[in-house]
Amino acid sequence: MREKLKAARSKAEITLLQEDPSPRPRRLKSTRERKTEVRLDKASDNDKFREMQEDESHLPSKIKFRDSVKKLKQKSTFQNDFPSAEEAYNFFTFNFDPEPDSIKAGARKRNELNEEEEAEEECVETHEDEQEEDETDEDVRLVKDDDLFIIGQTAEDFLVMKPADCESYSEQLKKEKEFLFTPSMLAVPTSEKMPGNMQPRYLEDEGLYTGERPFVSQSNQNILENRILRQEKGKKGDDGKILALPNPIKQSSTRPPILSLEEGIAPELETVYRKAVKMTAANQYLVGPGDFQGPFQLDIDISGLIFTHHPCFSREHVLAAKLAQLYDQYLARKQKNLTKLLTDKLHALRNAVQCSVDGGGAGVPSPVAQQSIPEYKIEIRQTRRLRDAEQEKDRMLLKTIIKVWKQIKSLRDFQKFTNTPMKLYLRKEEVDQRSDEKTYEAEIQAEINELLEECMEEYEKKMEEYKTELQEWKSWKKTQKSKKKKKKKDIHEEESVEDCDLGEERVKPIPPKMANSLEIEQQVREKADNCRRKPGEPALIPELVLSGSITPTELCPRAEVLRREDVKKRSAFIKVLFNSKEVSRTVTRPISSDFRVHFGQIFNLQIFNWPESLKLQIYETMGVSSTSLLAEVFIPVPETTILTGSAPMEEIEFSSNQRVMLDHEGVGSGVSFSFEADGSNKMTSMTSGKVSNSVSWAVGEKGIPLIPPVSQQNTGIPSALKNIDAIASIGTSGLTDMKKLAKWAAEAKLDPNDPNNAALMQLIMVATSGEAHVPDFFRLEQLQQEFNFVSDEEFNRSKRFRLLQLRNGEVVEFRNYKQVPLHEREISEKIFQDYEKRLQERDVIDSKNYLDAHRAVVANYLQKVRESVINRFLIAKHHFLLSDLVNEEEIPSLGILGLSLFKLAEPKRPLKPRRKERKKVTAQNLSDGDIKLLVNIIRAYDIPVRKPVMSKLQQPSKSSRSFNEMFAASSSAQSPPDSADWAFNQVLVRPFVEVSFQRTVCRTTTAEGPNPNWNEELELPFRAPNGDYSTHSLQSVKDEVFINVFDEVLHDAVEDDRERGSGIHTRIERHWLGCVKIPFTTIYFQARIDGTFKVDIPPVLLGYSKEKNLGIERGYDSVRNLSEGSYITLFITIEPQLIPGESVREKFDTQEDEKLLQAAAKYEAECTSKFPSRQCLTTVIDLNGKTVFITRYIKPLNPPQELLDAVPNSSQTAAELVARYVALIPFLPDSVSFAGICDLWSTSDQFLYLLAGDEEEHAVLLCNYFLGMGKKAWLIIGNAIPEGPTAYVLTLEQSQYVIWNPSSGCFYRQYDTFCPLQNVYCLISCDNVWFNMQEYDSPVRINFDISKPKLWKSFFSRSLPYPGLCSVQPEELVYQHSDKAAAVELQGRIEKILKDKIMEWRPRHLTRWNRYCTSTLRNFLPLLEQNQGKDVEDDHQAELQKQLGDYRVSGFPIHMPFSEVGPLIEAVHSTGVHTIDVSNVEFALAVYIHAYPQNVLSLWIYIASLVRNR
Amino acid sequence: PSAPVIPYQHSLSLPQFPGFDDLYCKFCFVYGQDWVPTAGLEEGISQITSKSDVAPTTLVWNFPIDITFKSTNPSGWPQIVVSVYGPDFFGNDVVRGYGAVHVPFTPGRHTRTIAMFVPESTSRLQKFTSWFTGRRPEFTDPRVVAQGEGREVTRVRSQGFVTISFNVVTKDMKKLGYDVSPSDMQNPSLVPVTEGIHRY
Repeated sequence: MREKLKAARSKAEITLLQEDPSPRPRRLKSTRERKTEVRLDKASDNDKFREMQEDESHLPSKIKFRDSVKKLKQKSTFQNDFPSAEEAYNFFTFNFDPEPDSIKAGARKRNELNEEEEAEEECVETHEDEQEEDETDEDVRLVKDDDLFIIGQTAEDFLVMKPADCESYSEQLKKEKEFLFTPSMLAVPTSEKMPGNMQPRYLEDEGLYTGERPFVSQSNQNILENRILRQEKGKKGDDGKILALPNPIKQSSTRPPILSLEEGIAPELETVYRKAVKMTAANQYLVGPGDFQGPFQLDIDISGLIFTHHPCFSREHVLAAKLAQLYDQYLARKQKNLTKLLTDKLHALRNAVQCSVDGGGAGVPSPVAQQSIPEYKIEIRQTRRLRDAEQEKDRMLLKTIIKVWKQIKSLRDFQKFTNTPMKLYLRKEEVDQRSDEKTYEAEIQAEINELLEECMEEYEKKMEEYKTELQEWKSWKKTQKSKKKKKKKDIHEEESVEDCDLGEERVKPIPPKMANSLEIEQQVREKADNCRRKPGEPALIPELVLSGSITPTELCPRAEVLRREDVKKRSAFIKVLFNSKEVSRTVTRPISSDFRVHFGQIFNLQIFNWPESLKLQIYETMGVSSTSLLAEVFIPVPETTILTGSAPMEEIEFSSNQRVMLDHEGVGSGVSFSFEADGSNKMTSMTSGKVSNSVSWAVGEKGIPLIPPVSQQNTGIPSALKNIDAIASIGTSGLTDMKKLAKWAAEAKLDPNDPNNAALMQLIMVATSGEAHVPDFFRLEQLQQEFNFVSDEEFNRSKRFRLLQLRNGEVVEFRNYKQVPLHEREISEKIFQDYEKRLQERDVIDSKNYLDAHRAVVANYLQKVRESVINRFLIAKHHFLLSDLVNEEEIPSLGILGLSLFKLAEPKRPLKPRRKERKKVTAQNLSDGDIKLLVNIIRAYDIPVRKPVMSKLQQPSKSSRSFNEMFAASSSAQSPPDSADWAFNQVLVRPFVEVSFQRTVCRTTTAEGPNPNWNEELELPFRAPNGDYSTHSLQSVKDEVFINVFDEVLHDAVEDDRERGSGIHTRIERHWLGCVKIPFTTIYFQARIDGTFKVDIPPVLLGYSKEKNLGIERGYDSVRNLSEGSYITLFITIEPQLIPGESVREKFDTQEDEKLLQAAAKYEAECTSKFPSRQCLTTVIDLNGKTVFITRYIKPLNPPQELLDAVPNSSQTAAELVARYVALIPFLPDSVSFAGICDLWSTSDQFLYLLAGDEEEHAVLLCNYFLGMGKKAWLIIGNAIPEGPTAYVLTLEQSQYVIWNPSSGCFYRQYDTFCPLQNVYCLISCDNVWFNMQEYDSPVRINFDISKPKLWKSFFSRSLPYPGLCSVQPEELVYQHSDKAAAVELQGRIEKILKDKIMEWRPRHLTRWNRYCTSTLRNFLPLLEQNQGKDVEDDHQAELQKQLGDYRVSGFPIHMPFSEVGPLIEAVHSTGVHTIDVSNVEFALAVYIHAYPQNVLSLWIYIASLVRNR
Repeated sequence: PSAPVIPYQHSLSLPQFPGFDDLYCKFCFVYGQDWVPTAGLEEGISQITSKSDVAPTTLVWNFPIDITFKSTNPSGWPQIVVSVYGPDFFGNDVVRGYGAVHVPFTPGRHTRTIAMFVPESTSRLQKFTSWFTGRRPEFTDPRVVAQGEGREVTRVRSQGFVTISFNVVTKDMKKLGYDVSPSDMQNPSLVPVTEGIHRY
């Protein structure tokens, strides 16, 4: 090649030289050439590149011709050495277009040229390039020259004018032909591709990874190869192919389509709407999501079921089945006809032997034939043995068939009925006796001969052996004899040795026996007799028909009838399971009397998943209900060639190992039975049978078989598996299952050399080698462990993590724990102590803190309820509504719009004061000190006044009042004042108010007189528990605001009268007069409390009396005096205003009718839309957290009989007693115990058991009692001060409405000014709910007549009649009898505790107890209880005065319902009795507990301080 | 207790709200229970910024915020919640966007671009009336944008961007076992990670 090139080069040089002298036509030509060159550029960049490289090597040769070569060289090397990036890219990737036609034509011609010429042309062309470049170079230089010589020279000097010359087209073509090369499109033979002495190497075969080559069409590849071949420098691989990188293009595009609606979209990029199609990506196994080819279908044809054994088989059936089986066997054998086949073979072999022997005799015995004869003989022997066995089998089969048939016949005779239609005919085939005998004899003879021959051979062999052995023996004998002779001369002792020798003496070989031909003959004949039909005996051909008649049922014995009935009851069906999922089932068909079931159903399974298993489950149903699985049959998934229509029916056997025993003629299954009368010869059968079915792939509409694609490769695996990844083929769960993965890898035949699979292969290697531990558990979050930063043990051990965890779980103690320390050591164990204690004590009932065991139980129970409710609340707190997150203005209704428009027209009144709404503050961003409680104490009325110390006894005017009297608004019954001057002479009282809240105390200045006016604002700071200002926490604040009214008493403390002139010594004493308690939660929910409250004044205030008539005489306010007691006007609010939390929106479960609930919701919506401020209550939540309709709570209940018996004649007093009883049950607001939860309503029995409840529980119980007492009573849902939304009770007493406050036991007339009930929203009775539709809702201004539908909107009306809801209340309340002894004991304990406390509170003083006074007080208390604290005041005073004489006594009884000790102590403390620090003060304290039924305790504490008067 | 101290300095700038003008911004920090601000304001309001008349008509606050936190626990890392307000067509002050972003962990200068969004009205009619009355839906508490809880009930619309640059200094983080600095401390990441999110 090189030489050729050289030659070409020299030629080219010559042509160049020739051309050189005539530079004239060059310009034009070169332009033309440029054109072609451009074309060439396009066509084959790489050619150019190659050429340029080549040029470089040629350059030195050109030095001869040009001086400017050096420059050129630099330039060209510069150009040639570094192909531009574009060029390089084109080289590797360009798809070369076929060249234009003209060139092709030329190319065809040129192909005829020899290689040399082509090479030459190439070179020429390259040199043309050179020239061109030279020229430009020259031009550059020329310009420079011009610059030098431009002066003084004209253009004419340099320019030569010449006419343009033109070349003819043919000439042009000719020239082109010289320069152009068109590579051939034919394939290059491998031999040419490879360098001469090298063999092509196939890397793939050597186990190296070769990636997939990018697709290039074969013709292009050929062209390229040709071209490279031409240049001899192509990059070829070892296998002769062009080197190529693996295909970098992904199968699917990864770039998301750019969807911009704004800009105009090119029409081809426009999205087109297509209806949603069911995604078939779920077909994990079958096909990848990309190449889904349509649904595939399997047709499963289940034609029927035949039982070969069934528990209901009778004995005859068993035999018949056996017969049928044998007959089938017979038929099958007959079809195969092995005996005949083997016999023929035997004949053929014999002939062959005969032939070869004959042939040997005739001519030259061929060695082949000689060799084959023994082979033949061996074969003959084998064949004969096989034939004999087959013949014997045939005969045995025939015999058994006949035997079984005989058995059947005898059985039928015996049982006198037939169950099966089977009949066996034996056809005799007469044979020609003589020929038969002949063949028989011939056969025997042939066999005998062969046997003889064999025997002879054997004999000869043995004889041979015998001879050699004999020879040996003889020689041995000889040596032995010679030895003997030698030894005989030796001593006798050696004889024994000889004996030994003799023992070892070899046995003389026995000569083999000659085979006896007679013996052999006998053997042969015997065998023939056994297994072959005797000559002349007719051949028996059995034929089984089903033509027999079955005995009708009527004629059968009872057991058989039972059996047949049982069979009739049974039926069977088959479930089809595809990939162990049930896909369909056949209809249930009865089992026929011949134990066949015909289904004849074809199921078309459209499948997405690759079929892994196909299973049929055979079920048998007995009677109506019981279905039992008989057996499972696996059907092989059909080959892809089996299509519907061509699939054969197949019978698949099944059997079940169920043991069935039947009590009729049926033999059962798994039970042994016998055909013999004596029970011998037992046999056992299992239920078994055959399912005939066929499974095939369906054929689609166009005749396309709906078969999933099968691999085109010869691997035989579905290609679907091959081209998708592991996850798609075995599912993600498979990835954790190493075995599965390995299996998949094995099946998919991953290329182990592919670097992409490296990780996988390694994994599989490990997995299959068994080293990897295959986890036998399922992990949900496989990666979780990787993210665990500490081990679980460490995590559990760490206090810090525990703290964080508890805080995250919103456990009460830690919910607001801030700044969890960073280090373990900084967390003290103490933090958890409370929490752990609480956890421990949850179930332990500690009666220590509760003086009463029952209360302890109740408290525990309440605690549990509270916890569950709080948990529920916490969950509910994380549910958000849009309104919780987004503040959105409501759409203004038309009315509001109109109003606002009207407002625009309103004249402006800048001076009119307007109330500004305070800004509400969300509780979150508050901290300690931000919230203040403002208490504005305005004035008080009717404060008790001091009595003159030595006043005379007054006769008490005890008036037994009735309702009528009370409401008569007459004060005439009141006793007149003792003397007019007494009232004005002295300062009656100097009251001041002290407000204490959260142990902070504030007091007003002292005012004077029983109707003081303070008008002072007190400010108390508020601290939330744990610094948690969330609504949730604020709701559960248990603190109360105590507003205590005291009398400031000044005592002259001057001991010595002489000092009186010079100084004033007074001691200030404060005497408690009464108090008002307002829970903080009330203030929180109400935002402000404004009103006049009744001061809770003890029934007896020693040393004080009520100024009763003062007001009337002054004519101050006649209305106010209507009721008794002192009042205080207050205004309380929180600054800044807090937004109270909302109740939980949680859908509670319910047992109510859905319709009722809907009606209730509608009713509530209607009501609240009209009166948004009025609460409408129809459903409430019970203690179990279920929604209950409210009327279910109202039901007449019996009050304790004890109370009714106490006052048998007066119903009013009884009502008061009952109200008092209810009020004695301790009060526990829900909002405290169940913070944030709307009211929980407990039923009356629960309430009485818990002995704690809210207003509504009290109200419900009181209402029920009143109903039980035969009164007309309703529950009022309304608003009261200070409670806020509450429940009261309304009764109708003698055409007057009376309002009862259930938690205090007080009652008010409808027109009572001081009634704490402010608004009435709705009334509830046991069968209806009425909503207040009147304009006003104050009880004074409304009409309680519920019969007027305009005033009261009822829930149940004509359109929705009362459905008769049953009550949630018990039928009857059962009361425990009061335990007097326990009460007495408790009384003693409380007294002791209180005395201890008082002494404790006076640490600096001696506390003396006046026993005498105490016993007097103790006597007062039962009396007080009896009179319910009314009208006994004066008695006490008188009594005490009488008893004690010269003592200044101040004291009072406190009455409380008993619940816990804590509040008692608090109450005693708040009165401040202990604060007296006069040196000679004495105290008296008495406790009395009156026990009412059901352990309701009324507690009285009488406390007094005594100061001896001097 | 020992605690890492993490002072920050931020400066709010470069809101990108096409079509809006005269915007001001409120910011606050949301942090976990273990965090305490030791210096600086955790809530504040910026000046009103208006569009420039000349070429880059961007809105710029360049409002500096200085705050220092200390903490015992990286959980509840502070987030800055920004809410932007501005007058609408009728001159009512309406919300123009809410957004939140975590303060960067690593010391150094960082720039964050927050995508802002506003809650959508629940109905067309609401939308109209809210537009008309100038009372658009707002979050009851802008802090909700810093947490995920309850957000599923809201529908929001994106509305512009706010760029914040943070200068973060941390102290004793490493001593307490938290290594948040980039592996190459010599060049703390100057390239803002989220820069240019809005360009896509």
